[in-house]
Amino acid sequence: MARYQNIFTQIQVRGPAEYGPAATGATFDRSGVPFFSYLMGKIGNAQIGPIYLGVLGTLSLISGFIAIEVIGLNMWASVGWDPVKFLVHLPWLTLNPPGPQYGLQILPPLEEGGWWQIAGFFLTASILLWWARTYRRAVQLGMGTHVAWGFAAAIWLYLVLGFIRPILIGSWSEAVPFGIFSHLDWTNNFSLVHGNLFYNPFHCLSIVFLYGSALLFAMHGATILSVTRYGGDRELDQISDRGTASERAGLFWRWTMGFNASMESIHRWAIWFAVLTPLTGGFGILLTGTVVDQWRDWAVLHHYAVADPYVAPSLPE
Amino acid sequence: MALLSFERKYRVSGGTLIGGDLFDYWVGPFYVGFFGITTAIFAALGTALIFYGAALQGVWNPFLITINPPGVEYGLGFAPIQEGGLWQVVTGCAIGAFFSWALREVEICRKLGIGYHVPFAFGFAIFAYVSLVVIRPVLLGAWGYGFPYGIFSHLDWVSTTGYQFGNFHYNPAHMIAITFFFTTCLALALHGGLILSAANPAKGQDMKAPDFEDSFFRDLIGYSIGPLGIHRLGVFLALSAVFFSAVCIVISGPYWTQAWSEWWTPLWQLVDPGGSPPAPYPGPGL
Repeated sequence: MARYQNIFTQIQVRGPAEYGPAATGATFDRSGVPFFSYLMGKIGNAQIGPIYLGVLGTLSLISGFIAIEVIGLNMWASVGWDPVKFLVHLPWLTLNPPGPQYGLQILPPLEEGGWWQIAGFFLTASILLWWARTYRRAVQLGMGTHVAWGFAAAIWLYLVLGFIRPILIGSWSEAVPFGIFSHLDWTNNFSLVHGNLFYNPFHCLSIVFLYGSALLFAMHGATILSVTRYGGDRELDQISDRGTASERAGLFWRWTMGFNASMESIHRWAIWFAVLTPLTGGFGILLTGTVVDQWRDWAVLHHYAVADPYVAPSLPE
Repeated sequence: MALLSFERKYRVSGGTLIGGDLFDYWVGPFYVGFFGITTAIFAALGTALIFYGAALQGVWNPFLITINPPGVEYGLGFAPIQEGGLWQVVTGCAIGAFFSWALREVEICRKLGIGYHVPFAFGFAIFAYVSLVVIRPVLLGAWGYGFPYGIFSHLDWVSTTGYQFGNFHYNPAHMIAITFFFTTCLALALHGGLILSAANPAKGQDMKAPDFEDSFFRDLIGYSIGPLGIHRLGVFLALSAVFFSAVCIVISGPYWTQAWSEWWTPLWQLVDPGGSPPAPYPGPGL
């Protein structure tokens, strides 16, 4: 009954470090001397490095560093440069967008949202540069650009929250603050102000795809792990030359639920579920306060909510 | 009931946990087995009872059908069928069907000679469901604390239960769960995208071999977890998301009854004795 379930790698085979195939048209060489980590080797590849930095990567890291510095130093200043308070109170510290009185003004006073705009500018630059890097790394290896388009879906949600929707409403104050608790407060307010975001159909879809992503990765990851004894983890080999691992993995789901994906199509399911999460979520945010102001009222109007909501009982004394 | 071209050689008898070869057959693509029979019975009864509940409610709009748990005055006892008893029977059917489904998966794994990872992972989903409708209600002393079975009524339950604790986002286990959910989604997009980008290269290029998978991620972030490791990571992330979701609701009520933001006050007071954290971020308002 008890069998080896391949949770950890038991024997690590170690040869010379892999440098990877040549990237055509790359400006620089790969940087760093690869090294091996025994612990990483227990769950995945032991080799760490090399990395390709390049122009886009370097600029992205510099922009990201500036954004983190602006946010972090503003937070540190807000506790009077006390290092211990900075660390302990970090979850409460925040860098807020400009107030409603500034509308869409570029660079209001630094202390009243100016720093927030500067941080946002550099963070956005960093993210967009990283997107271009993701695209270019794939092209130079002669691969498809699927990862970059997946990343673009996440950037869409980010831009809706901090850029597109504030512009449509006409005020940077609508954007999300940089801070751990403050962005949670923002989220809570957003739902309360707009009459319960759970009734926003795009929010529903986004949650379905988010939970669906967890479900799919659990199903896919577990299926592949269960057929690693037949070489199922070598997915590209299994796609081009189906082996018994693919057959057993497919039959498991066919026999369980009457339907199965193939070794390639499961990855299409995967990327679509993952990409649709921020894609539908972004539409939901974009419509809130612009097209629909009160989601629960809107739901009652369109016959998918009743006037009296179900109310959970209060806690026992 | 077409068979896949290679399917016949895998359809062998044996591997059942119970019932010997009594139910050891297929119906169309579906494997049956003893637990297939019990799944079908529980699922059919539960579904029929939901339709019965809809008829009692007099509502056939699928968004508005709801099977509500009993009021808290019934405690942990049985309630009359129209006062939440229906919810209790449906809950029993759901738990029966879920466990049957998991055990049927185990039988299929044994037939195919593959690992038990899928039923193990499904066990986490069952645990999360049982946490919501059995563990937490039992800890709080009434079935009434379970959630209603309806598309939007269960969202009302989440909403009103959440606001009993102020801003629920301050629940530390909820924070961990959300982080795992988002990370799972990110990792899934990266993994799906990576395999597709290697299998579907630019026009005129040959399909890429597995070494390109590792090279792409090493070039991008300096490390590639590898084709085996990503599946371990994916299962870990997804199951952690489910596990911490279950934890975050079970501790709400049985362990903590105030606003979750209050839970953090001792941390604030570590360097500011007697002080209180700042007011929440107000936002722009209406």
